[in-house]
Amino acid sequence: MIISSRFSSWLIAVLVVTTALAAGAKDFSPAIVYDFGGKFDRSFNQSASEGAARFTTETGTAVREFEITNAAQREQAMQQMARRGATIIVAIGFTQASAVEKVAKQFPNVMFTIVDAVVDLPNVQSVNFREQESSFLCGMAAALASKTGKVGFIGGMDIPLIRKFALGYVEGAKFVNPSAEVFQNMTGSTPAAWGDPTKGAELAKSQFGRGADVVFHAAGATGIGVMQAAKDSGRLSIGCDSNQDYLHPGSVLTSAVKRVDVATYKAFLDAKNGTWKPGQIVLGLAEQGVDYSYDEFNRAVLTPEMKQKIDAAKADIISGKLKVSEYKVQ
Amino acid sequence: MSTPKQLPRWADLILLPLVGLAAALLLSCGVIALLGESPWQAMRLMVDGAFGSQESIGYSLFYATNFIFTGLAVAVAFHAGLFNIGGEGQAYIGGLGAGLVCLWLGHWPFWAVLPLAVMGAAGFGAAWAFLPGLLQAKRGSHIVITTIMFNFIASALMTYLLVNVLIKPGQQSPETREFGSNSWMPFAHEILARVGLDFTATPLNLAFVLALGAAGLVWVFIWHTRWGYALRVVGQSPEAAVYAGISPSRITIMAMLLSGALAGGLGLNELMGSQHRILIDFPGGAGFVGIAVALMGRNHPVGIVFSAILFGALYQGGSQLTFDMPRVNRDMVVVIQGLVILSCGALENMFRQPLTALLGRRRKSGEGRS
Repeated sequence: MIISSRFSSWLIAVLVVTTALAAGAKDFSPAIVYDFGGKFDRSFNQSASEGAARFTTETGTAVREFEITNAAQREQAMQQMARRGATIIVAIGFTQASAVEKVAKQFPNVMFTIVDAVVDLPNVQSVNFREQESSFLCGMAAALASKTGKVGFIGGMDIPLIRKFALGYVEGAKFVNPSAEVFQNMTGSTPAAWGDPTKGAELAKSQFGRGADVVFHAAGATGIGVMQAAKDSGRLSIGCDSNQDYLHPGSVLTSAVKRVDVATYKAFLDAKNGTWKPGQIVLGLAEQGVDYSYDEFNRAVLTPEMKQKIDAAKADIISGKLKVSEYKVQ
Repeated sequence: MSTPKQLPRWADLILLPLVGLAAALLLSCGVIALLGESPWQAMRLMVDGAFGSQESIGYSLFYATNFIFTGLAVAVAFHAGLFNIGGEGQAYIGGLGAGLVCLWLGHWPFWAVLPLAVMGAAGFGAAWAFLPGLLQAKRGSHIVITTIMFNFIASALMTYLLVNVLIKPGQQSPETREFGSNSWMPFAHEILARVGLDFTATPLNLAFVLALGAAGLVWVFIWHTRWGYALRVVGQSPEAAVYAGISPSRITIMAMLLSGALAGGLGLNELMGSQHRILIDFPGGAGFVGIAVALMGRNHPVGIVFSAILFGALYQGGSQLTFDMPRVNRDMVVVIQGLVILSCGALENMFRQPLTALLGRRRKSGEGRS
């Protein structure tokens, strides 16, 4: 009898705790809005969705998701999420900046985190990355691995963000080999440029034809074609945003990793724990927000000598001894 | 009654599209069921999401405004026998015209900016359609090919302008600065508030009225002016037009100019009405949806207005559906829209014959009784 009453008091205690937790979880409602690329672009948006998925598996809290298909939907989706009680809304991509600005003013009690843009409001956290730093290291890797002294860059659309990647890459290549030649191509002028592997492969082949033997893509799903072409022609490619080394082991030299997943996951977790803060966050090599990848898939191509040189430069960038220029609009 | 092959007019205009729509929705239900969601629930969400509240009605009509403009653009060219697929590019450049006016004269009073912006949108849109029209008229370069090409040139030009020239300095996103607030289209909720009606804030704006006005003008133009008559003659028989003293090449160019001008109207709704800045890819495919809208609306302004509202509702209801049913993603919504286009456009004849037979039989039996 004693045991059972003790057991029942335990049971009540457990019930109270779980309902309290459940109530807490119910009150906390995270949401995320992806950009045009969609959550399965194997690159930028997908990285964010992995962060959201990690948050869900670790905390058991479902994340409300929305993939936009036209410009007006950004605002609409955020407003709706806010109205339905979202605690924090993460907006992925610089194109969402104006929508975040508008909706964040309408809902001052909702937390907003925007990735790749700056919105200066008391309830908005802006997360930006120093892509130029990881691109610099990838440029170094490319020039170190190149036998012809010619390397390639394939971007999605000709927009400031991609120029930022390109500039860092060129600087890195020239840092290793001042006479290195860098070919640059953009895939297109419509958002379809982020999802056109065929065109990516064509551009890569044309750069190979001009003598390039390493090619770096910053073109979302288009890059899949770039990397395939490099594999088919026996050249090297460099991945982007997510770690893409596993796609073609032995043909992918390294990847310019951008931890959008960590940024997303951290925004949700901080918001849940009450440690979320508005303001600007800039993540570079020092903060491990960007990096180059080194794992079992590219160990064969990224030799220890290369790695040593790249790591030395990485340390110099972190310590501030080596400055990488950032592409600035006008 | 020896001509039962002709469908009565009311059935052709109303019944046939409705049957097509029903078939498309039925098919969509099947696909949704395959995804493991309840089709009934999904359809309810969609209808509710499109018309269930003031907000959803506002959004549906906002999207419909875009489709009215692009649908009319396709229809006008179609009456002249031209298949203008360049609505997307013409709308893009038309928006540039309206946007430039708003950027430069945003501090002027609205009544002064509006006509200039309308002229800017129409003028730039028409200018973008001029060259394909000219090439078709003088060189016989097929309008389908040239207008598609011009879509790409338009987006390349706009990307260049937005990234290098018009971008607001110091930001990542290729967008211009915000227009002066004087040049913003009054929102529907603002207009309604002035007459004492309460309406939820949505992007629906004055451009919807302009679109309806444009539909009226197109109707007058095509069926009640000499130019419209000439345009239809050229569309139905260029040889007869020449015989009647009408120059097909002049009419071709005129039709394309008009078509481009109408497509440019999208910029008034999307930029002046909602975004208040020029941004990349703002037409978002509405130029292509215009083709389906015109087809479904039988190239008649009244039909176009209704089918534009239907497509606006599909857009808005579809986005609500993805919002509430995580398993139905945005590609599924494209599938539903595609099924509607397929069954109302391409499969129309599949329903036409059985319907004609059915109605013919009923009419016959009715006659027998009397």
